[in-house]
Amino acid sequence: MKTKNIMIVGVGGQGSLLASKLLGKLLLSRGFDVKVSEVHGMSQRGGSVVTYVRYGDRVFSPIIDLGEADFIVSFELLEAARWTQYLKPDGTIITNTQQINPMPVITGAAEYPAALAEKMKAAGCRIDAFDALSLAEEAGSSKAVNLVLMGRLSKYFDFTPEEWKEAIVQSVPPKYLDLNVKAFALGAEL
Amino acid sequence: MKQLMLGNEAVARGLYEAGCSFVSSYPGTPSTEITECAAKYREIYAEWAPNEKVAVEAAFGASLAGKRSFCGMKHVGLNVAADPLFTISYTGVNAGMIIAVADDAGMHSSQNEQDSRNYAKAAKVPMLEPSDAAEGIAFAKLAYEISEQFDTPVLLKMCTRVAHSQSIVEPSERMEILQKPYEKNPMKYIMMPGYAKKRHPVVEARLEALKDYAQTAPCNRWEKGTDRKLGIITSSTCYQYVREVCGEDVSVLKLGMIWPLPDNLLKDFCASVDRVVVVEELDGFVEDYCKTLDLTVEGKNLFSNIDELSQNKIAAGLGLPVPEGITLNEAIPPRPPVMCAGCPHRGLYYTLKKLKLNVIGDIGCYTLGAVAPLNAVDSVICMGASVSGIHGFNKANDGKTDGNTVAVIGDSTFMHSGMTGLVNIAYNDSHSTVIILDNSITGMTGHQQNPTTGYNLKGDPAAKVDLEALCHALGIRRVCVVDPYDLAQCERVIREELAAPEASVIISRRPCALLKYVKHNAPLHVDTEKCKNCKACMKIGCPAISIADGKAKVDATLCTGCGVCRQLCKFDALREGRT
Repeated sequence: MKTKNIMIVGVGGQGSLLASKLLGKLLLSRGFDVKVSEVHGMSQRGGSVVTYVRYGDRVFSPIIDLGEADFIVSFELLEAARWTQYLKPDGTIITNTQQINPMPVITGAAEYPAALAEKMKAAGCRIDAFDALSLAEEAGSSKAVNLVLMGRLSKYFDFTPEEWKEAIVQSVPPKYLDLNVKAFALGAEL
Repeated sequence: MKQLMLGNEAVARGLYEAGCSFVSSYPGTPSTEITECAAKYREIYAEWAPNEKVAVEAAFGASLAGKRSFCGMKHVGLNVAADPLFTISYTGVNAGMIIAVADDAGMHSSQNEQDSRNYAKAAKVPMLEPSDAAEGIAFAKLAYEISEQFDTPVLLKMCTRVAHSQSIVEPSERMEILQKPYEKNPMKYIMMPGYAKKRHPVVEARLEALKDYAQTAPCNRWEKGTDRKLGIITSSTCYQYVREVCGEDVSVLKLGMIWPLPDNLLKDFCASVDRVVVVEELDGFVEDYCKTLDLTVEGKNLFSNIDELSQNKIAAGLGLPVPEGITLNEAIPPRPPVMCAGCPHRGLYYTLKKLKLNVIGDIGCYTLGAVAPLNAVDSVICMGASVSGIHGFNKANDGKTDGNTVAVIGDSTFMHSGMTGLVNIAYNDSHSTVIILDNSITGMTGHQQNPTTGYNLKGDPAAKVDLEALCHALGIRRVCVVDPYDLAQCERVIREELAAPEASVIISRRPCALLKYVKHNAPLHVDTEKCKNCKACMKIGCPAISIADGKAKVDATLCTGCGVCRQLCKFDALREGRT
């Protein structure tokens, strides 16, 4: 099997590391070779962050380069737009429609671009944009956006709900399991 | 059992399996998790040292005592530790000793992108370079064998992409290694001229022996392909990129030992194919070496010595097809890292900017005071350089800048290498003002304990440096403490200390807002009736505050209720509690 590429992008502190950990466990349990690449240090402080998840028969590079991503899963709308150059022509963007102003917008040095989801679509991106934040809040916590997004991503894969559930159990603290399972289900529209 | 493991965690696993029992390090991205993960093994004594020089010397002491030891740091940390490294190369070791150094090509979290391979060559010590987590385990174990067989410290070179990528490993059991007896040996361990002169030939002979070893070492792997037109010499994460783009037809010489290099193997490889390309990040280290052997190789004519490489960059350099993504014709505003909401540094920096001071900065989260809208820092060089630098700046200006210049340095950075600069200020009498930003943690690298926090790496209570007493003891008479959430106090004290006709230290003390034990106040809200949209609250660059519909707006999920913005509002529009 040719290597598949999933990028998880967002704003430092939004929980993208948990999402990549969950995917890594799921894919490993399915017998794939897997590599997950994270970013630590300065960019975590509210900056733009990206995590790469790659799987297949044999994965070499730990990173995803321009034009290689099968999926871009974004926690924030502007961040989805930032990385479109990494998307394959037939790739899919799954994005939360939440908008978080970056500092240049906060200070008035730049504007948050309008109608980004429409613009991405017009540029040729297949895009699945939805309000993951509201679903996370419905599940019980705004911090569960990561599981809502994983739920939505699951619709594009053939793994069974049980396989996803097992990966969730292995990735989240027992105390928050029910909340996370609910968030996942809301994202997956189960 | 197969599992996914971070490269740094894998190195820690390798240390554990190899029977390492002593670890001393200083945190630095992308090296930090090696030591944090090593500390989780009961069998390994692990500590944060105040700086990398101390850490290497402590690890050497443990090796001398007969226990396998380790020390980890980022690339710039090795500059600090270079002094002991170059002479431990002469003494050699007793039990095995590894120094891991993690380069940061691309400068994800660093002030430069120096290539640490040059240190191996300059210090004449072997260097291994893993290309994934499985090799992280294997090479840590191999490094101890080489260290003991050849009586040398061994450098283990990581890079961001190997350190911070997870790949599949199969851990095994720990080898129990008996402590080696310590035998006094002045000729070997006392490096004064008479003895050191006798050790230098030993070092040169060791390098030759290591070169012979490298010819057949299994970590240097010749992967033979069917295509005789092209051969590639590579290592580390670049090996993965090459394998990704070149397929199995191309012959690859994958170097696991990057110093010393295997002359005959390089010659044989180059003779086996028509064209040889060296693929390496940053300097043309292997390429230049091949050229000293009169080998015809390419490398930096195809790939930049700036920034990290990637599969597409390598494909482009080799003339292979490069995938293209989807271009969006839209200006996407950048999202630079920012100081967190509630960060105690913010109020202090606001005051420095308000007073229009020259600010000699240092390394840590507080380097972010340099970016908009605070723009409150003039220079940042390396750990400790603020305290040393302000002294030279003020002396060169004959004291004329004493009243408008400050140095800022974090608590951990002050312990690392700020203290010696402060001694210089006191001893050589500049009237400099040093501000220690004491947030009670090493912040940027992800919350490591340090000698000012009262806890050690294992989380146990530890001796706590009394910063006020320390500054007094170093010869500074004026030492005071401010709360950076209190803008009026900050401004008053900074003005007083700048005006004082002698050196002073101001300790700006408040724990990092991200520490678990820090209790936040209720988030503020904006009284839209009172808000006049004057944007005074926007001057501090708080990510929780924005303008929406002509009024300030506080994001209640981010706001910690620190109240700094409230002190800037002339209309009392920022109120306690939610709306």
